[in-house]
Amino acid sequence: MTERVNMLREQSVNAEPSLTIERALIETEFYRKNEGKYSIPVLRAKNFYNLCAKKRIYIGDNELIVGERGPKPKAVPTFPELNCHSVEDFKVLRSREIQHYTISDRDIEKYKKEVIPFWKGRTQRDRIFNHVPESWKSLYEAGVFTEFMEQRAPGHTALDGKMYRMGMKDFKAKIDEQLSKLDFLNDPEATDKQEELRAMSISCDALILFGRRHADEARKQIARIEKALAGGPAFKATPFQGETQEDAYRRRIKELQDIIEVCTWVPENAPRTFREAVQMYWFCHLGTILELNGWDAMNPGHFDQHLAPFYERETAAGTLTREQAKEFISCFWIKVNNHPAPPKVGITAKESGTYNDFTNINIGGVKRDGTSGESEVSYILLEVLGELHILQPGCSVHVSEKTSDDLVKAACKVIRLGYGYPSLFNPDTYVRELVRQGKSLEDAREGGCSGCIEVGAFGKEAYLLTGYLNVPKLLELALNNGIDPVTGRQISIATGDAREFRTFEDLYAAFLKQLEYVVLEKIKVNNYIDRMFAEYAPATFLSVLIDDCIAKGKDYYNCGPRYNTNYIQCTGLGTVTDAMSSIKKHVFEEGRYTMDRMLEMLKADFKGHEFDRQWIINHTSFFGNDDEYADSIAVRVYNDLFKAIEGRPNIKGSCYHMNMLSTTCHIYFGKVLGASADGRHAFLPISDGTSPSHGADTHGPTAVVKSLGKLDQSLSGGTLLNQRLIPQILKKEDDLTKLGQLIRAYFGLGGHHIQFNIVDTATLRDAQKHPEQYRDLMVRVAGYSDYFNDLCADYQEEIIARTENASF
Amino acid sequence: MYRIFDIKRYSINDGPGIRITFFFKGCPLSCLWCHNPEGISRTQTRMYTPSKCILCGACVHFCPSGALFMPRRGASGAIRCDASKCTLCGKCAEACPTKAVEMAARTYTAEQIYTEIAKERPFFESSGGGVTFSGGEPLYQGDSIITLLDYIGEAAQKDGYTLHRTLDTTLFAPEALVRGTLGRCELYLVDLKHMDSAVHRRCCGVPNEPILNNLRVLAEAGADYIVRIPYIIGINATGDNVTATAAFLASLPRLPRYVELLPYHDIGKSKHSRMGTVYNPDGVSMSAPSEEDLQAAVEIFKKYGVPSRF
Repeated sequence: MTERVNMLREQSVNAEPSLTIERALIETEFYRKNEGKYSIPVLRAKNFYNLCAKKRIYIGDNELIVGERGPKPKAVPTFPELNCHSVEDFKVLRSREIQHYTISDRDIEKYKKEVIPFWKGRTQRDRIFNHVPESWKSLYEAGVFTEFMEQRAPGHTALDGKMYRMGMKDFKAKIDEQLSKLDFLNDPEATDKQEELRAMSISCDALILFGRRHADEARKQIARIEKALAGGPAFKATPFQGETQEDAYRRRIKELQDIIEVCTWVPENAPRTFREAVQMYWFCHLGTILELNGWDAMNPGHFDQHLAPFYERETAAGTLTREQAKEFISCFWIKVNNHPAPPKVGITAKESGTYNDFTNINIGGVKRDGTSGESEVSYILLEVLGELHILQPGCSVHVSEKTSDDLVKAACKVIRLGYGYPSLFNPDTYVRELVRQGKSLEDAREGGCSGCIEVGAFGKEAYLLTGYLNVPKLLELALNNGIDPVTGRQISIATGDAREFRTFEDLYAAFLKQLEYVVLEKIKVNNYIDRMFAEYAPATFLSVLIDDCIAKGKDYYNCGPRYNTNYIQCTGLGTVTDAMSSIKKHVFEEGRYTMDRMLEMLKADFKGHEFDRQWIINHTSFFGNDDEYADSIAVRVYNDLFKAIEGRPNIKGSCYHMNMLSTTCHIYFGKVLGASADGRHAFLPISDGTSPSHGADTHGPTAVVKSLGKLDQSLSGGTLLNQRLIPQILKKEDDLTKLGQLIRAYFGLGGHHIQFNIVDTATLRDAQKHPEQYRDLMVRVAGYSDYFNDLCADYQEEIIARTENASF
Repeated sequence: MYRIFDIKRYSINDGPGIRITFFFKGCPLSCLWCHNPEGISRTQTRMYTPSKCILCGACVHFCPSGALFMPRRGASGAIRCDASKCTLCGKCAEACPTKAVEMAARTYTAEQIYTEIAKERPFFESSGGGVTFSGGEPLYQGDSIITLLDYIGEAAQKDGYTLHRTLDTTLFAPEALVRGTLGRCELYLVDLKHMDSAVHRRCCGVPNEPILNNLRVLAEAGADYIVRIPYIIGINATGDNVTATAAFLASLPRLPRYVELLPYHDIGKSKHSRMGTVYNPDGVSMSAPSEEDLQAAVEIFKKYGVPSRF
């Protein structure tokens, strides 16, 4: 890590996240003056242009890659046109114990006076909630599903390689060409297309201006440094070791001159150099997250593949060294870290607590022609990931059969550091997923994951996550005839009294009815929300970057992209499988408990039934142990989720697909779910992604991946497998190789994704307090491995001490 | 039928690649430091983990011999077992809801063992792994180990792959049996504790001559083997013993692939407490070697041309 990178990293890590009202003020003023004067797309584009023209430009001390969404690092704007924070929201956000965002009383007062009154009743969120039917609300409030778009704009997308070949100027030429082709005689949508295309063109101008203003700011800073050199007031340009202040000033002038050159060239023109390519991406990234607060920020897609041609050309020509390239990448990395997630409004302001905005950089993978996408840049990205050790961006390594063992090992080395990244993806599986959904093979290969585990065709697809589905809650509804036992309210359809079910099939049929009803309720409202975004909040800048919005003359939210997908993310496969396995065995097959008794125990949250709860936990086949009894139930539920969701029209000429992501929603879903038949206490988390329930997998990682391998993962738009290991299991060089082989074996079984937590002391302490939740926690003891829980207290202490020493 | 006390998957320290390791119950040795003491007895062993116990009393109720007792009222703690009354019938384990009580040994047929092995095939293929028979002592169940090695080898062939078989053994076994395993497994992991037979007898309960003899048998037959030494200050971590070991190995017609020094640890304590027995009852002084100690040993092996690592 260079001194500069170290300094920038420190600044970024120490910067306190704050809320900035700048964007809201500029936007509100603009809307007051201009609403109604233009078509909606042009209004949005002009609003974006106005933001790029007026927002404060920030170039920090010793920065090389420049640009911030807010007026300073970690200052997050609000998006009142989508949902308007209340005074209470701000107060919660700045005082809550978990991740808080600072904001001054003065700003809150200003917001209250100038922003809130204007947007009251006219935000996207208001439009959505004014519309939704009671039946939807009952399910939503009970936590049967969540709704993504009430808080943030649909996004979940990643960019492809075109911005490295085309500047904004070139995009404008393409737009002009489309404008000239419009057929006003025969095409009833010609006028709409004209407005959308004009709006895209304005958005290109906005980004060019945004870039230029950085060149202007750099000029101003040079002038101030020159004054300082001439004895004027000091300017902040921190000297590196061995430099005098004067040296630092002179060096910084040169650096600022480079910034001027870069920011005058990109984003207007296609980048010529490695550095310009990085800066180009960063400007485009900032454009998309300033325009709207789309989910998952923005993703560069296959960043190594995009940068490799620049890197190879320049290192061959001797105009770029590996160290310089690494420094530019590091500076970019820190920029991403400077952008925490925009905080939510309403009740979730208090609960939803993460700064991470889920930018996910894809490393490796395959190219459009199917060959391996790795290059020297892939290794540089991994080095930066390991060295910087910061929250953002997330990073994933894409391991195809074509990927070299060296890259897998390099990935495992970073995994060993215990930061939880990189995650690992299998292009061989997700290319099949994407092709199955109707993408061309080349577009599918160019795809990958954005955000967490959801996949799409980069630069060509809107793949919107619409919300999580609480699958164990559906079983709970089937067991309670559509009544939510937590509140006692009838929130769903009546599917029969479970006490009268004669066989497991009766129960399963009721579960399927609940599933079908709930999925349709969700989709009805999602289709409406999709229209609201198409009509009121077109993303005219993002549309420039996604094929074929320009060619179609249509917005990203309005069928413009080549592919238009909606996902519903099903959560809790492990929990629902285990609960069904338990009921099947203990109620219907062995008759140890009557259904009445089982329901009674669940209602009592097993209070007074600890013996039976323990019996269930220890004498039931659970998902994740390579045991057909439970695994066949998991496969069945998974296939039925697919049948219930797949192919439902999304009114954009395409359809819904199933996804198996949970992010942290399994915690929320657990909080609204009573005790479950697998022995899980009420309100505790449900299983995450497609992982086994916490502690249910007792046969080690090979059994887990075998179980997961039984699901046909190409039916999903992403599965998620969390595996926990402790550092001792990855100590030797050979251990890394074996971890890589485990990953390869899982991917050979059709796995989509796997990630490893190398656990810390806090977790081990918790494991001591709640051993039942950590039954799968494996520790490397000496020459062999054992389960943490099977060790005596003394030895657990010894392992904990060792872990703390295990710094690499 | 085979008596197995544990099966470990994702076993990464018992031979090449990702393996599945079966631990055979029963061992002719009884090393002071044994980390799998439940594997020593050939018969059943009752294991009790108080931290998992909810003191429901089911085991006490179902014990036909009256060997189990609830803790005294007010006393914190655990179910007590009167070992003199316990017949190891296992009724307590059957009744236990939490598996705080478990009987260590389970019996498997060769077919059942192969079924478990076959589950791991994707990992063998990605890693070059296979099966390891460990213990206890896998050669302590008589000739049947040979039948088993043949059975699993042939079953794998039938399924279309070649199974890599490793024996993790003390080699304290009849020479004929050791010879019988030749050509039936691809690698031996041989535990070698001490070169002095008297010390060996004191610490492990048996003399070392059969072990050294069998090592020679393996080497003469050209078998692929690795020697593993639990390296313990107070027992065998002395220059003399390392020199004797190195000289002996160097004298064999085929060297081991390498010698691996396993630094001492007292994990056996945890298992003893679950068995209700006492670890190292005579309080023999044993401790872990430092990195320098290990390095010094490696240097000695090097002098004799024997590759080693730790």
